[in-house]
Amino acid sequence: MKNKSSKTRTIKVDYLARVEGEGALYIKIADGIVKDVNLKIFEAPRFFEALLQGRDFTEAPDITSRICGICPVAYLMSACHAMEDICKVQIPTELRNLRRLIYCGEWIKSHSLHIFMLNLPDLLGFDDAIGMAQQHPDVVKNGLRLKKIGNTLMELVGGRDIHPINVKVGGFYKAPTASELNDLVPELKKCLDLAINALDFFSKLNYFDYEEDYEFVALSHPEEYPFNEGDLISNKGLNFNISEFDKYFIEEHVPHSTALHTYLKDRGECFVGPLARYALNFEKLTPKAKKAAKKINILGQCNNPSKGILIRTIEVIFALEEALHIINSYKQAESCILVKPTAGVGYGCTEAPRGICFHKYEIDDSGNILYANIVPPTAINQKTIEKDIRNIVYNLVKTNPNIKDKELQSYSEQLIRSYDPCISCSTHFLDLTVDRQ
Amino acid sequence: MAKKKLAVWKFASCDGCQLSLLDCEEELLELANQVDIAYFLEASSKISDGPYDISLVEGSISNEQAKNHIKKIRKMSKFVITIGACATSGGIQALRNFKDVNDFISIVYAKPKYIDTLANSTAISDHIKVDFELRGCPINKKQLIEVLSSFINKKKPNISTHSVCNECKLRQNVCVMVAHNTPCLGPVTNAGCGAICPSYNRGCYGCYGPKETPNTKALSKEFKNLNMSDKNIARIYHTFNNQSEGFKEEGEDYEK
Repeated sequence: MKNKSSKTRTIKVDYLARVEGEGALYIKIADGIVKDVNLKIFEAPRFFEALLQGRDFTEAPDITSRICGICPVAYLMSACHAMEDICKVQIPTELRNLRRLIYCGEWIKSHSLHIFMLNLPDLLGFDDAIGMAQQHPDVVKNGLRLKKIGNTLMELVGGRDIHPINVKVGGFYKAPTASELNDLVPELKKCLDLAINALDFFSKLNYFDYEEDYEFVALSHPEEYPFNEGDLISNKGLNFNISEFDKYFIEEHVPHSTALHTYLKDRGECFVGPLARYALNFEKLTPKAKKAAKKINILGQCNNPSKGILIRTIEVIFALEEALHIINSYKQAESCILVKPTAGVGYGCTEAPRGICFHKYEIDDSGNILYANIVPPTAINQKTIEKDIRNIVYNLVKTNPNIKDKELQSYSEQLIRSYDPCISCSTHFLDLTVDRQ
Repeated sequence: MAKKKLAVWKFASCDGCQLSLLDCEEELLELANQVDIAYFLEASSKISDGPYDISLVEGSISNEQAKNHIKKIRKMSKFVITIGACATSGGIQALRNFKDVNDFISIVYAKPKYIDTLANSTAISDHIKVDFELRGCPINKKQLIEVLSSFINKKKPNISTHSVCNECKLRQNVCVMVAHNTPCLGPVTNAGCGAICPSYNRGCYGCYGPKETPNTKALSKEFKNLNMSDKNIARIYHTFNNQSEGFKEEGEDYEK
């Protein structure tokens, strides 16, 4: 079915709302057929990899945390692990657990922000959470309460919720006491119930029917749902150590983006984040998270990106339960171990709320950083998001060539939001241009 | 009385300062009762045209497009309030101001011609008149509420200009520098964070930038007494507020 009109239609949305950071979408339609879709990211570059050169290795966590105010823990953790990898030190169990605990806080906070304030308004037909609060006051109140327990965990373990100050190469500046952590238990338990109920509510909403045979990539750890360590695996047979990242991934500089596109060598785009972790690590979820997933009948794998909100909520349930486990067995120990710089190259790869966050550094004997390379999750997902939107918009326009620009715009915006892209990380600006010929 | 119209704008930054507004949780719904959130892309797809009563600006000016955009924002806004270290002093990305930006571009990007950037990353006040600067990397959300409610209710914001040391005393912290020889920027750094770092056995690393008339010379001398290298002294001043008067020059004195 071809629309024979030779007119060029151009829809332009200068900024996409309710995403973290700013970006643009360009859609070109010629003769009723979608020809091109570009997810533009053109936030002014901030040159982190360059400004890290010549800094001390102990500064990398705090400096890279400033890449993203929404997932600073991911940067703190990946940088610490990379430096510890270079200096060949092993973090003792208690500190490892504390790191998992602060990561639980970040997942709860970041996921709740996306679920309740950015994504849910689309599903319920509102412009924002504030408008949504008029008709669904309890949903919004509970969402804010979940977000808050995430913040509180980050504040207690990290000193503050945005750009925590208590994390360092080798551990922490100060370890919280068991009783400080125990004080959070009643609220964590309450929030666990709230999250389980929220999942039930979300499962009854309508979702766009789109599935894709993705190559999911996530960390895999023998015993745990992954946060800080593991090998990189995929559902299509990849399995490699994080030190081989460069062998498997290619970073490409495309004209429409200040974020480098990252994809798998000889295989193409892949998908990281909650859907990937879930597909590759389902068996390692905590019991309540698994039970909740079974109840809504999403077992093991979800190939529909618009249902990401359900998987994020399952991960919130997991993170709350995991936080309770960690606190339950916590014993206060030395807050850190000494890390002396040794010349070399090292790697850190941890699971940010939006997927793997990879860091590679080279330092000299005095601890000066000689080289830094950072790959944030949205840089990896950008190609996948573009491809999906191309397919979805293609089908929409094919079935309804006269679809109004406004409708197409609102639809595309909602789609992009459902992926939870963090454009701040990758860099910035979302504006939509539909070019019809 | 009509509700005041609030807009939130973003330039080169990490999103953390505007996230502080969303982090206000309980206060956020209360704030929405008092002001009309007219333009806040991170939170809402509802966009109302200007003019705006209050514009909060996050991020630094680092490309040509931003230079023009910030002037338009000024024209549309009765009050412009900058939030955070990027907007008030250029941010961590202003470290490029000490170097050749072309070197920086070639380190990060394979195809430099795609990149639109200025040689320097600069504060909002280098480009337009700013009515209030709220500091911090990130800002403190309680201070943000204080500033907003002050501008809504036409009073002077109660934001302290003393040093982090005062906050340490209020928290009854033991001085990390005196007791543990830990280098600390507290004596020259503006209060606002609540002295979190010393409370976690860590020296202040200057997120809130220099206080009024900071005596950095005297502090650097103390750092030397603690056997800190010139390089590390330069580094400690040259982080998130590296372009602020006081920190910029002191860092340069110890550079190289």
